[in-house]
Amino acid sequence: MMKKSKLFSLIALLLTAVLLLSACGGNNTANNAGNGGNTAQNDTQGGDAAEPVTITYCNFNSSGGNEETLAKMVAAFETEYPNIKVEVETIGFDDYFTQMQTRVAGGTAPDCYELNIENFAAYANKGMLAEITGVDVSGLNDTALNAFKVDGKQYGLPESFSNVVLIYNKDLFDQAGVDYPTADWTQDDVQDAAEKIRALGDDIFGIWQPITYNEFFKVVAQYGGALLNEDKTAFTINSPENLEAATVLVDRVLESNVQPNAVQQGGMGDWDMFMSGRLGMIPTGIWAFQTFTDGCDFAWDIAVEPGSTQKATHFFSNCVVMNPETEHPEEVAAWLAWLASSTASADIRLEAGWDLPALKDLDALSSYLEVTPPDNREAVFESLDYLVMPPVIEDYALMSDIISQKLAAAAEGTITVQEALDQAQAECEAQIKLA
Amino acid sequence: MKNRLPPRRKRGGEGLVTASPFLLPSLIGLLVFSLLPLIISGLISLTDWNGLDRLTDPDFLQDHFVGLANYKSILTTPEFWNTLGNTMEYIVLYIPLMLAASLLVAYLLSRPHRGIGAFRVVYYIPVLTSWVAASLIWKSVLAPQYGAMNGILAWFGIQGPGWLLDEAWAMPAIVLVSVWKDMGFFGLILLSGVVGINKTYYEAADIDGAGGWTKFTRITLPLLTPSIFYVVIVAMINGFQLFPQVMIMTGGGPNGATQVMVERIYQYGFRYYRMGYAAAFSWILFVIIMVFTAIQMKGQERWVHYDS
Repeated sequence: MMKKSKLFSLIALLLTAVLLLSACGGNNTANNAGNGGNTAQNDTQGGDAAEPVTITYCNFNSSGGNEETLAKMVAAFETEYPNIKVEVETIGFDDYFTQMQTRVAGGTAPDCYELNIENFAAYANKGMLAEITGVDVSGLNDTALNAFKVDGKQYGLPESFSNVVLIYNKDLFDQAGVDYPTADWTQDDVQDAAEKIRALGDDIFGIWQPITYNEFFKVVAQYGGALLNEDKTAFTINSPENLEAATVLVDRVLESNVQPNAVQQGGMGDWDMFMSGRLGMIPTGIWAFQTFTDGCDFAWDIAVEPGSTQKATHFFSNCVVMNPETEHPEEVAAWLAWLASSTASADIRLEAGWDLPALKDLDALSSYLEVTPPDNREAVFESLDYLVMPPVIEDYALMSDIISQKLAAAAEGTITVQEALDQAQAECEAQIKLA
Repeated sequence: MKNRLPPRRKRGGEGLVTASPFLLPSLIGLLVFSLLPLIISGLISLTDWNGLDRLTDPDFLQDHFVGLANYKSILTTPEFWNTLGNTMEYIVLYIPLMLAASLLVAYLLSRPHRGIGAFRVVYYIPVLTSWVAASLIWKSVLAPQYGAMNGILAWFGIQGPGWLLDEAWAMPAIVLVSVWKDMGFFGLILLSGVVGINKTYYEAADIDGAGGWTKFTRITLPLLTPSIFYVVIVAMINGFQLFPQVMIMTGGGPNGATQVMVERIYQYGFRYYRMGYAAAFSWILFVIIMVFTAIQMKGQERWVHYDS
């Protein structure tokens, strides 16, 4: 009796030990355990060499509406490359980066995946990405390609892009008797128009331009400033040019009040404010077109964003990257290059009204121009001549949060603009080590 | 108290052998999913791990070991003290309000009155609601210009504040929502305490001619202190771990007024890729909670009455 129960508990102990090993060891121990017990897995791995190679691809951008568009792309690719099979996994944006972080750290990252520009630098600088070589990417937009280079190496391919244009409410401009914005407008012209539109009513505002990091790095460029020096070795957040730019933005809220403060905005979203006809102008992404087409009962159009001493327009891009541990680097590179730069993929993308492919040759996009509103759709492409890239550094998210927080305090009037920039400069210097 | 414990078994060693197969499954779970991560996070807190590098790399500790540097840098940044201050502000506002509200819930549940059936269903709904859904709804209720809250206040001629957009009101607003969500749960715990009070005390008080308020302060409250003590401890720990409502309703704003400790830990770990720093932060939080709980445990002797 005694012996039996001892034996039993010994077996139980052993079993649980095995459980523990396989549970916590991640990839490596799982493979080791597989040698002993999991023969089924070994069989599939040692399969026929003529079988197509399967690669895994993770993305967030197709979630919430374009899963089928991506599936179409994969099908088209697989017809063109019958020796490659792409297994797609789509994860919603909110969970994507925590998931990806865990998988990269755990050694279970997919062969290739999608990253946005904020996270790209962190991954590339921490050595988590493979250089993509041996594929022709000459068809891709140079600015976009450069955005995903680190030390001259191409770690990501721009898969899609979006930019920002000045969207304006034509009816409000007519009522205020102001000429419509043109491509050579400056921030001064914007201010004049905004003041006249503001005069139309208590609840009508001239412009809405978020006073956050994302707008700030672009507006400072319009004033000839920058957040970092040229070789990205020091912060220049409180430079005189930047101060001028930030003052213009903040004064629109606190001084001329052509832009609503938080209470006047009353928790209403910026797009909703525009669609309710209460905003004269809003610099926002071209992905708003469909929503505004459906939601605005007034006439609206777009223009290239205003400049100041120079023009500078926004550019957002997602890229696709390769896991350095992939067993099929050539196949992965082929898929990524096809996805980013082939006309076949671009056609499917445009037809679905997803985002724009980051191609150099804009003729491929001609069908895009035919859709109205907005009438002045060319402004989307004209804007590409003035693209400014976000200052991509390893601690991008931390820098952007610090700057956004200080700017918000300045826009509330809690601290002066000068104090906000000085504090942001000091905090960035204290918390972020630049290479 | 001591003589209530069952007599200790003398032949404990042998019993353990027999019991171990039955205990192991849950024990292993505890070891693997609680104790092991705890130890690993302690090790991580001594490194500058970015959350992406492979932890199983044999040279990992050697390459990334930074000693107590994370702890030192956390404790010397003003951000930490601001965050701790915000967390304390939350707790100091939350606990008394929540206690009062859940006492009211317990009281209403304990006596028969009109509409008790409906109340019994309604009071627990907030507890069952997901924090994400509740936060989103409250965010729109508390919107300054178009929200229901300020709309209602306007009927009474009160100009409501900017709530979540106002530095001074953001934290009280979060407290308000948390009380609304938690009072059902804590009310239920207090109710079980109320029901457990021996009726003869009230009968004796009636004979002595004591009024309702006297009975409440002299009988109910003192005999409820064990339940209240439990509620305060749990509420305090929850308070230190405040996270989802902040994340969704304010994201730490406006101007850092609602930045709290767990929110910072999340941001450092998953947004800024500083997992070592985040791990150290969570250990500091752990120590703070331990200290406060220990103080409470010690302090309970002064005010908690166990009916014997």
